[in-house]
Amino acid sequence: MATVAKSHNQILRKWPDAGVSRVPYWVYTDPEVYAREMEVIFAGHSYNYVGLECEIPNPGDFRRSFVGDKPVIFVRDADGAVNVVANRCAHRGVKFCYAEHGNASEFICPYHQWTYDLKGNLIGVPFRRGVKHRGGMPDDFRMEDHGLQTLKVATRGGVIFASFDPTMPSLEEYLGEKMLRYFDRVFDGRELTLLGYSRQRIRSNWKVKFENLKDPYHASLLHVFLVSFGLFRADTPSRTEMDATGMHAVQVAQRGEQKATEGTSEMRAMRADLKLHNPELLQPYPEWASKGDETVVMQTIWPNLIVQQQSNTLAMRQIRAFGPEEYELHWTFFGYADDDAEMTLRRLRQANLMGPAGFVSVDDSEVMESAQSGVSRYPEAAAVVEMGGRGTEDTPHMVTEGAIRAFYKHYIKVMGF
Amino acid sequence: MATKAKIDVETRLAVEDFIYAYADCLDHGDIEAWPDFFTEDCVYKLISKENYDLGLPLGTIFAEKRGGIEDRVTSVTHTTVYHQRALTHLITNTRVLSDKGGVIEMTANYAVLETLPNQYTRILNSGRYLGRLVRQKDGPACLRIKELACVFDSALVPASIIYPI
Repeated sequence: MATVAKSHNQILRKWPDAGVSRVPYWVYTDPEVYAREMEVIFAGHSYNYVGLECEIPNPGDFRRSFVGDKPVIFVRDADGAVNVVANRCAHRGVKFCYAEHGNASEFICPYHQWTYDLKGNLIGVPFRRGVKHRGGMPDDFRMEDHGLQTLKVATRGGVIFASFDPTMPSLEEYLGEKMLRYFDRVFDGRELTLLGYSRQRIRSNWKVKFENLKDPYHASLLHVFLVSFGLFRADTPSRTEMDATGMHAVQVAQRGEQKATEGTSEMRAMRADLKLHNPELLQPYPEWASKGDETVVMQTIWPNLIVQQQSNTLAMRQIRAFGPEEYELHWTFFGYADDDAEMTLRRLRQANLMGPAGFVSVDDSEVMESAQSGVSRYPEAAAVVEMGGRGTEDTPHMVTEGAIRAFYKHYIKVMGF
Repeated sequence: MATKAKIDVETRLAVEDFIYAYADCLDHGDIEAWPDFFTEDCVYKLISKENYDLGLPLGTIFAEKRGGIEDRVTSVTHTTVYHQRALTHLITNTRVLSDKGGVIEMTANYAVLETLPNQYTRILNSGRYLGRLVRQKDGPACLRIKELACVFDSALVPASIIYPI
């Protein structure tokens, strides 16, 4: 049975008068704010990414995942449909599924062996009629009232989303036409193939990660690797686009060259002399050429997903929050089932840019922990988010923090600040 | 291991010396010397036990050839932005599994402790080395790594892995 989260009492916090060009630091630290986020954002009116269909190809295949900080399981039913259920026994709340993944015909809680089918229906309660006519459940105990909490599921192109809110519109409506076009660019109907997982725990607030992907401007300054090799840089053709609500965004760019231009003079990270000793790492194949000039599309989907397409490396980055000051970044790298061995090798090589030891992403995880250390003890101060102006419109460049402002426009509304 | 091929003591000691020198290079030595432990056509992979056991190929680090090893050094010395830290490798259960046709197969358990400024020491990574070494005339302890997989136990990595394992 799905239930919609009830909202907390009003939190006694006031957003700065300047609006979305300021982000007060208490949003990254306050446990009450965090608790409200888990209820109204993650467990509320949103679709959360939980996994890929290629992770559970056969009936009975399941894998554990999260919606915010709530543990869930996604499972392939006998009829081929995907179900998502809370990993919480309806009896006494035990997180009954211990295995990270596996194949099952039913779920059995180890504590009192309440048993559920793959849809989450309660199908067995030992001692229901008592033992030797003693004990047992009351006569009016109805099995159908005590199934696992189920989530509304939406799939598209092999990607599984789930929501605790049964009133959600279609995923297509949720994403909107503009975002859907970018989503379908990667998930174009071809079967996906799993390449592996990377998981890291980062001591910062979950929103700091989302902001990182909505702020393309840092990349030209922080990331020596991206800048020097022209993989994602402010002087190359690029743009920032949002949906009408500000929930979702894309950062789009075309790969440039490893040479200094007028635009690189202020980029201290630019190292025109940087050479790879094994250049095979960055020999991309133009697999997106038929879909436009973009070589990088980073899409952020409210509230927990980043779709990464940098050259030929593809990954879902799922944000799993664990308290206001810690989150897990859960990376699922994938390719297409029709990739040849050379393409798979290329994707695996380029994956060196990303993950906990990534040539690029290490810079981010280190800086995000520093950001948390900075904001953590100054909750009354606020971030200045004015690059590219104070608005939330699309821009034909990446020298902007517009997508961060758009994100907070929606955040303020949902959170009721 | 069911088969108990006889491994001479000299080889066992050479492998131990080699892997300890490797660890010392990463912990206290000059990171620029790390590529000297590898052959020209080597493969180095840091991979979670989760991926390894599922047969998923994704490595947290995947470096091919000596050039790929050198690129990892460049990232530590020149391109990556990170907090300075101290690392300590603890290596134990070093075993030589076979020594055939010039290739020595070895395993060892490892734990890498990491200490960041103003923080207590924590376990960064622990797991098992699976190595294929070849004899060289001029390498450290006369051996070099042709293949090394570092298979780590916890799927969760605390923040970042800056230095190779």
